[in-house]
This record gives sequence, C-alpha cells and structure tokens, in this order.
Amino acid sequence: MLAYRRGEPLRAGRFLAEAAALAARLPPGRHIINVCADRYRFALGLTAALLSGKVSLLPPSHTPEVVRHLRQFAPDVFCLTDSADCPIELPQVHCDDRPAPAQAWRVPALAPETLVAYVFTSGSTGVPVPHPKTWGRLAGCVRAGAERLGFAPGTALLATVPAQHMYGFESSVLLALLGGGALVAERPFYPADISAALAALPRPRVLVTTPIHLRAVLADQAPLPAVEQLVSATAPLDAALARSAEERFGAPLTEIYGSTETGQIATRRTALERPWTLWPGVSLTLESGRAWARGGHLEQPTPLCDELELLGDGRFHLNGRLADLVNIAGKRSSLAYLTHQLLAIEGVRDGAFFLPHRSAQAEHGVTRLAAAVVAPELTAAQVLAALRRRIDPVFLPRPLLRVGALPRNSTGKLPQEALRALLEPAAREGA
Amino acid sequence: MSELAPTLPPAHHTGQALEHELAELIVAALNLEVSASAIDPEARLYGEGLGLDSIDILEIALVVSKHYGVQLRADDAANTQIFRSLRQLAAYVAAHRTN
Repeated sequence: MLAYRRGEPLRAGRFLAEAAALAARLPPGRHIINVCADRYRFALGLTAALLSGKVSLLPPSHTPEVVRHLRQFAPDVFCLTDSADCPIELPQVHCDDRPAPAQAWRVPALAPETLVAYVFTSGSTGVPVPHPKTWGRLAGCVRAGAERLGFAPGTALLATVPAQHMYGFESSVLLALLGGGALVAERPFYPADISAALAALPRPRVLVTTPIHLRAVLADQAPLPAVEQLVSATAPLDAALARSAEERFGAPLTEIYGSTETGQIATRRTALERPWTLWPGVSLTLESGRAWARGGHLEQPTPLCDELELLGDGRFHLNGRLADLVNIAGKRSSLAYLTHQLLAIEGVRDGAFFLPHRSAQAEHGVTRLAAAVVAPELTAAQVLAALRRRIDPVFLPRPLLRVGALPRNSTGKLPQEALRALLEPAAREGA
Repeated sequence: MSELAPTLPPAHHTGQALEHELAELIVAALNLEVSASAIDPEARLYGEGLGLDSIDILEIALVVSKHYGVQLRADDAANTQIFRSLRQLAAYVAAHRTN
C-alpha cells in the first residue's frame, strides 16, 4: 500500500501510472513549486518532477514577496496546485490525480546525485537562501531516521504538518516512500479530526506531529486511538507533555531534531531522557561557540542555529536558540529578516521586530513577536496589510506599536530591553 | 458531541450574550490586544480583520470544546463559515453546545 485517502488504500501501481501521466503534462520549465495540500497529490507532483528531471522548490512561505524572489532564482518556475483558487502569481498546473490507465510499472531508479529539491530558509537580508538536496543524501538521512524509529514497512503515517516543510517532507513523504510505509492524503487539523483519521487507519500506524497539535489532542479527555509510535518535531517538546502523550496513546514518543540546512540529525525519547542522540556517522563540534554538524548524510560541515551543549558519545543537550532566530509553530525566521521586511514598506521610516518577555504567552506554548514602527502617515492596519504580503502570518507582530521614535542608544543600536520596555503599560499610554 | 441533534440554546443565552462570552474567552485564550467589547461581531476572525491564524483557530477550538462541549471538525462543510465572524461562531456553538 502506498497511501490512504479517507481510509481507502491507494496502491503503488496506480500512483506510478498517475505520476507518469502528470509528468507528461507538466510544462517545460525545470523548477516546480508544489503547493498541493493533499499529501498524495504532493507525492505525485514530487514523483512527476523527478520522472521529468525537474527540481522542486520548497520555500518557507508563499507570500507574494517570497514568490517574487523565487521567480528571480528560477525564471522558468511554475506552480503545481490542487486548490481551485490558488493565489500564487505563477503559471499554474492543476493536480487532480485523475485515474490513469493501469500499466506495468517499476519503481524508478534515481542516481544519488540527482538534485531533488531546493529547500529555502528565509535568510537575514530579505532574500531566501536555497539549500540543495540530492536524492542520495535525502535518502541517507531518512533511512537513518527509519532505522532509529524502528519503522516497519506497511506502517501508515498520519501527519498534521504540511509536506512542503523539511520535517513533513522527510517524515511524512520520504519516510513513506523510502521506508515502505503508506502516507495519508489528509492533513487533519482539529483534535477530533486527528483522532478520527487515526482510527480510520489500519495498524501499524504512526502519528507525525508537533507540540502544538499534541497539546490540543491531549486537552480533550476522550479516549485516543492506539498507535505504534508518536513522532514530534518543529519545537522542543515539554517532558511532561511527552509522558502524557505516551500514556494516552500507549506508544513511545520520539522527538526529532533537525533543520532545513541539515535535515534530521538526532532524536530523543523525550518522556525518559533529556539528551539527544545523533544519527550514526554525524558528529558535532563547537567553533567559537557555534555548533557545527558534519558527516553522515551531510554534504559539508553545517552551522546550527541552536545553542547546543556537547556531551560526547554522539549526544548533546539543546539549550535554546541563538539570539536573532525565532521559531513559531515550526516556522523559522530571524528578527533581522523580519525587520528588513518591515523597513522595506513604503512610508515606514524606522522600525524593528523584537521578542516580548516569554512569561505572558509561554503558557500557551506559542510566543508571538512584537514590533515597533515609526510611520506617521500609515495606520497600524496599513502596516499589517503590507507585512502580510511579505511575511508568513505567524510572524505578524502582536502587538504592532506605532511610536514617534525607536529607543535607540547613543551608538544607534536598539537594545532588546529598551524595545521590550515599550510594551510596559506606562510607555504605551504615552504612545 | 456535534453529531447529536442540535439543541436550542438556553433561553437566558441570547445570541448577543453568547457572542460577548465567546469574545471574552477568545481574548483571554489568545492574549489579544483588544477588549472583548471592541471585537466587531461581523468582522472576519481569520486573516485580515482580527488577524487570527491557524494556531489561534486551534486554540479557539480547545476553548469551545472545553466550555461548550462542541467538537469542531474540518471536514464539516460549515467550517469556513464558522470562522467567518464571531457571530457565525456563536451561532454554531449555540446550535451544537452540549453544556
């Protein structure tokens, strides 16, 4: 079985026939942005692209500003969508997985050096940064992960994360295709949807999810369907939440550590241990305080964006993120990038994004950003509307403070503390 | 559960009172910068308007489940309608609440 949709099995023969039919009607451009929300269709688009020598572009978001940069990066880029009203301003191909005539099929062989995708990070200067991913290295990474999870062929993989981000790409699409598992077309959202979608799948079944979805599912006291395994990534998971998840689902929870740049490189059993264990062959070093990963499936030594404490024996503690970087619900950006986007808005004279104190929002597991802006001719709503065209909505500031001037010090720098002081009630009354 | 026959809202809960109660629950759950009474019951909750995103919608789903016993489902065809505005959400809760 290759996939399930609404509990119905979809076989590999049908999948490959559909992928070949889709490949035959793709335009000649070599670059494809595959935004299919249905995971089966995403996998079809990925396979059709590979069959016709095309490269998938996986950007961090699809705002008009990001799409504009992708067009500069690859002028021949087109968009594969399964939505009737896809707003992306690119030539569009509709993916509807129309049944293709069944035919003899074989699994296509790909050379390890085949370029599969460019996965983009938002970078810090306003231009998304491409990270090339070859078949051999992606497969090496995902196979190491399958081994770590003890992933059994035939396992159904239900994921609450999109296929287009690195974690979902690896753990819900490639793990199914390479590990002999079955992906699930739907991406359930509400707790009741997640439970129902799991219950509709045959066992063995695995839930691939995030701390946000886990917390929501566990908040409901209704009995949960048994699974063989839980997988979480995107943001550090609280150990108590992990224990509760293991208890309620009756299965071990494996938390994965990785990044867009490196792919997945470590796991831990969060309910039982704090240290992370690296993939075999991957090692870490500290250089001037910055952790670098190398070896294994990594093409070159790669700096990490987190503060790590190396324990030896291929293990480490994760102690937090580097100062400028933010991670909201698994979406990464940097304060520098977001500030750059704010300053690029016509009518904005000065401005900055900053992190409010964690206390107020941390209990919900999601910390939102704040921003201060000097833009006398614009209303807050106008600034927000302009930002919405440029950045992913999870990064929109709450609040956006309109101020007469930013609290720059004598050298022109903007201390985070001074920015946070703007949030104090006294400061806001005067604003 | 939402699949049970819709029950009529208790008489003391006029639509407006439920709207206000929901607005207060949402403002508290999401730490919003507005006061509950300042939310226009007809304004869009998602995207422009109140500016909520999918993380917020999940949070609201938890609140609605906890306080009213209403379980939201995305394959509910009415779903996009529900989050169109505070008024729509209140109407849905009133029709499906179990406590």
